[in-house]
Amino acid sequence: MTEPLLSVRNLRLDIPTGSGTLHAVRGIDFDLNRGETLCIVGESGSGKSLTSLALMGLLGKSIKRNADRMTFDGTELTTASQGQMRKLRGARMAMIFQEPMTSLNPAYTIGDQLAEALLLHRKVSRQQARARAIELLEKVGITAAESRLSQYPHQLSGGLRQRVMIAMALMCEPELIIADEPTTALDVTIQAQILRLLHDLGREMNMAVILITHDLGVVARVADKVAVMYAGELVETGPVGDIFGAPSHPYTRGLLRCIPLPGKTDRGAKLGTIPGIVPSLVGEVEGCVFRTRCPYAVAECRGEIPKREDGSHAFRCIFPDGKRHSEKELTV
Amino acid sequence: MLQFILKRLGLALLVAFTVSFISFSLLFLSGDPAAALAGETASGEDIEALRRLYGFDRPMLVQYGEWLFSALQGDFGESYYFRLPVASLIADRLSVTMTLGVCGIIFALLTAVPLGVIAAIRPNSIIDRVALFISVAGQAMPSFWFGLILIVVFAIQLGWLPPSGTETWRHFILPTIVLGYYAMPAIMRLTRAGMLDVLNSDYIRTARAKGANETRVLFRHALRNAIIPVVSLAAVQMGFMLGGSIVVESIFALHGAGYLAWESIARNDLPTVQALILIFSMFYIVFTFLADVLNAWLDPRMRSS
Amino acid sequence: MITAGTHDSLLDEITGPTPGQMLRKRVFGHQGLLIGAVVLIILTIIAILAPWIAPHDPYAQSLMTRMEPPVFMGGTWEHPLGTDHLGRDYLSRLIYGARISLLIGAVAALISGVIGTAMGIAAGYFGGKVDAVVTFLINVRLAMPVVLVALAVVAILGGSLQVVIMVLGLLLWDRFAVVMRASTMQVRRREYVAAAQVIGASTPRILLSEIMPNIANNLIVVVTLEMAHAILLEAALSFLGLGVQPPTPSWGLMVSEGKNMMLFEPWLVLIPGAVLFVLVLAINLMGDGLRDVTAPENRS
Repeated sequence: MTEPLLSVRNLRLDIPTGSGTLHAVRGIDFDLNRGETLCIVGESGSGKSLTSLALMGLLGKSIKRNADRMTFDGTELTTASQGQMRKLRGARMAMIFQEPMTSLNPAYTIGDQLAEALLLHRKVSRQQARARAIELLEKVGITAAESRLSQYPHQLSGGLRQRVMIAMALMCEPELIIADEPTTALDVTIQAQILRLLHDLGREMNMAVILITHDLGVVARVADKVAVMYAGELVETGPVGDIFGAPSHPYTRGLLRCIPLPGKTDRGAKLGTIPGIVPSLVGEVEGCVFRTRCPYAVAECRGEIPKREDGSHAFRCIFPDGKRHSEKELTV
Repeated sequence: MLQFILKRLGLALLVAFTVSFISFSLLFLSGDPAAALAGETASGEDIEALRRLYGFDRPMLVQYGEWLFSALQGDFGESYYFRLPVASLIADRLSVTMTLGVCGIIFALLTAVPLGVIAAIRPNSIIDRVALFISVAGQAMPSFWFGLILIVVFAIQLGWLPPSGTETWRHFILPTIVLGYYAMPAIMRLTRAGMLDVLNSDYIRTARAKGANETRVLFRHALRNAIIPVVSLAAVQMGFMLGGSIVVESIFALHGAGYLAWESIARNDLPTVQALILIFSMFYIVFTFLADVLNAWLDPRMRSS
Repeated sequence: MITAGTHDSLLDEITGPTPGQMLRKRVFGHQGLLIGAVVLIILTIIAILAPWIAPHDPYAQSLMTRMEPPVFMGGTWEHPLGTDHLGRDYLSRLIYGARISLLIGAVAALISGVIGTAMGIAAGYFGGKVDAVVTFLINVRLAMPVVLVALAVVAILGGSLQVVIMVLGLLLWDRFAVVMRASTMQVRRREYVAAAQVIGASTPRILLSEIMPNIANNLIVVVTLEMAHAILLEAALSFLGLGVQPPTPSWGLMVSEGKNMMLFEPWLVLIPGAVLFVLVLAINLMGDGLRDVTAPENRS
């Protein structure tokens, strides 16, 4: 196998607060190859967005980032200078944010903002940048692209703005694109279009895509790999088939029971919920973080939790099979 | 946009009209302007003569109508004290006040905006604390006292600058600092708050994600947005400053419109006082109107709606 | 605080400090607010106790002891801060001057507060034509140059303490109206106001028991800022000779009287101005502090 485009080992993010250090992300590992789509799923506040900002080097100053390794095409990102990161950002790794309504600068036209993305990294004329902007606006499905260039963000709908954001991310043909819940702020009908667009463009341009979402229906359709995140940890990672076909961590199974899946959920069956709340991550975090909500929690869950790997499928649980075939669960 | 301007202009005219009525009727507060004018020692006949001379015997509304009609033609009557047309009296003095106002606002902007921007980039740093201290002190500083201290230190002790007068540009330095420092705290606070707000916004993150460097992020992306409300505040402050220049002009003996107002009030020179109140109000109205138009022009969201 | 994992009970994290405890913590953790409040309280006590703590009669002239310097400039403890051009004890005049400043500040803020708050709440709650009229009046008021109008009116009516207070009170209501209007508009849209309307509460009742408590924090902040504003304006008017009249011990007037001797006896100007600066600074610090600790983002 070739070297992965992105390789992350033991990424940790700590936020100092008034009452102690908040260990927001604790020891994340994953690899991503060109052309692959990785979906990171989990509840709000599980550290998905922080992880993506950490990759881009866009964390706030107060957040401390540590990792054993975080390489992008061989470049170590943890030790890269601000200048090196700037050369990567926008050019080789791009990001699409959650809030299309506020992510575009209200003072400049769409054309200016699109062109800027290219002009910052390539020695091209304004004319060429403009032509590229029109080309990409058409590619993301915006009609009358040329006339849109002179419009301001407030003149566009949320769906159009998110398409503009995608076009902007694509201006320099990046190798990695990170989309942080790109559709949560949009209407349901638009959501599907945007995700399909992102997926198709990723395939077409052989980009690696990290899609952060809590919509498992989307994951099932677009992901190659899935990483399930809970309270700052990746509790389970693996190929999409394994995660949906043989979910091992109790949390993953809990999540899957929360959504109806065609062919998997019986007609008339009750959808699941996961009772309880996420524990505080301030101070030392020991043992399994999910134990406060896990139906199988035992005293040993407070101790060291082994990482169980089977090829590319991995999960963390005190039980070798994650209690996959437990009586308790079948009766839920 | 045009509709907005027209609407705003209509409002400005209505405000101007109301202010003119209030400033005229204020001077009837004493009950008998003729008696006030004649002084405490005047006899009843003298007062009566004055009353007829200035037409105080007629109904107030009639007097107001006449006054407004002439004022619209630039005639504010004759000064009781100088025996000169009020309009030309004020016109002579206005250039000093305008110069002072313009210098003051420039001084305020040149100090407040950079300080506010730096404070916002490094919140809670030493510079932020110094900026906060300067602005808090500025808001509590009695400008007449600050002016006197500057005179003692820079004009008398050090002898660097003249203490009063209007002959050269050096005469304007101390008054500019006093008047500018009066307007500075509000501008600095707004710049700092605006920059902090904008720097935390999503589109700044977008700019960084594109690979823009910090200078570009700060000036092209952040300041461009944060400066919009500052521009309109500066215009409003300019209106306030012209009205507030009375204190500064009296300390530094700058013979501008503010000084004239002070003298005229002390001398019961009603036509001059009425005209000055009206003119200072007009300045405020014009500046706030310009501020709104400028604001609308700077902000694309306003421009196109 | 608590380390997750030592025990699985989440109770401690759910039952955090009460809102009252949190407010107290913020108030006592805010340096500016504390300093401002302490200075203001001290000055208020001095003002109230003036007749008992002032070493001399502030009006008593003495031609034999004119312009004696303060102790730190070679004077005697008989007059710790020296005497003015009429031989009056400077410290006693300063102490009585605190009464004037605080009285004018408090009463003017009260008058303008009542006018402005009533206008602002009416505009914010009723909206429509009421709002249009109030907004117009605010615009008119803002267009009038405060110092000039105040000077002119005081000159016409005569410079007594009552006139100065009334003029300032009638002129400084604009910020109350602006802030109260905006706050009321915000509160008005909340669900509990709609709920009160639905159950048929009368308008005065809604204004008093639903709107007022929720805009009171903003009101207190404006009260402090306008009090400082009124104190500064009174000092400026008195300095220009058209405010409080001699021989009343007003700080602005003291600066004005000291101005002529400024070349030789700069302390005559420095001392009253500095005291005025400290008082206004203290009130402003308190106002800013109150705004910080009651700001909504601090209340989560």
